[in-house]
Amino acid sequence: MEQLIEWIKQPWPWYIAGPLIGLTVPALLIIGNKSFGISSSLRHACAACIPAKIPFFQYDWKKETWNMLFVLGIFLGGIIAAVFLSNPDAIVVAESTQEDLAQLGITDFRNLLPADIFSWSNLFTLKGLFFFVIGGFLVGFGTRYAGGCTSGHAIMGISNLQWPSLLATTFFMLGGFAMTHLILPYIMQWVGF
Amino acid sequence: MKVKEKIETNPQECEAPNMRKSGESGWNLLRYLIVGVLFGIIFVKAEVISWFRIQEMFRLQSFFMYGVIGSAILVGIISIQIIKRFGIKTLSGEPIKIADKEFRKGQVIGGFIFGLGWALTGACPGPLFAQIGSGFSVVLVTLLSAIAGTWVYGRFADKLPN
Repeated sequence: MEQLIEWIKQPWPWYIAGPLIGLTVPALLIIGNKSFGISSSLRHACAACIPAKIPFFQYDWKKETWNMLFVLGIFLGGIIAAVFLSNPDAIVVAESTQEDLAQLGITDFRNLLPADIFSWSNLFTLKGLFFFVIGGFLVGFGTRYAGGCTSGHAIMGISNLQWPSLLATTFFMLGGFAMTHLILPYIMQWVGF
Repeated sequence: MKVKEKIETNPQECEAPNMRKSGESGWNLLRYLIVGVLFGIIFVKAEVISWFRIQEMFRLQSFFMYGVIGSAILVGIISIQIIKRFGIKTLSGEPIKIADKEFRKGQVIGGFIFGLGWALTGACPGPLFAQIGSGFSVVLVTLLSAIAGTWVYGRFADKLPN
């Protein structure tokens, strides 16, 4: 048992994590005919709290309570993993990525997220504006416009052999490449790294 | 010729729809919470919620995220094929239904916009929740902003090319 816990505390390899994530697809279908998708929860939050008579938010969101519970579970799972199963060692980031990011001004490679960016003290600075406010906005706006995110399109959609999902995933990746290689270097300068 | 069953979905309706006919409440709904908890643990333990992992992916400097997403899709494809071939039903005995995704311009434009945000925040919507849970409480601001972005899309949905 001790050994098992020790093993679980180590970072999990992709060939364990990937298949487990993939199994969420049949799990949700078999439990109750639910299609895997996470960004929809953001829409349900709007429909439930701030519908403002907008047609896009006029639907029976209560029927989608399962989706809200699913993301609440992800949040709780995050707590459990961090409190009981956390890896005592620093994250191992690829050398080449560390070098690239160090050139952009990132100095802290110990945690899952760099403290240089993700701390409350950055909230009312340009760093906060770009990485939290604008970044979050793009995620929420883009996923809904695309009709899904990595879970709904890349995993659920492609698993069901839907070509629009493959198309969406291609553009998720293109957007990410464009931000990382073309825009991020400028943003890092503007926000003061 | 195989006649495909057309699943009625209102365009206004949810993209990750609940296809279950009978209602669910209480304990039944708790199952989704449990699947979510397991899912959140996997997210954190595989470090896919890490901003660094997303940077490695977009810089093509690590196979890790490609391995995760690729093997997840592979398992998903096999699972859905098994479900379809063997006509596997839900726990309550309903036939399993999956809505088709129809082409819209949003998959291109919106997809690209999401990609920009994905590389900035280092998170797609799922990992946002796990990041907050695992102690990066400032990501709550990112989540609220994502909800705001969703709202703004909904507000102007009929004016955008689609």
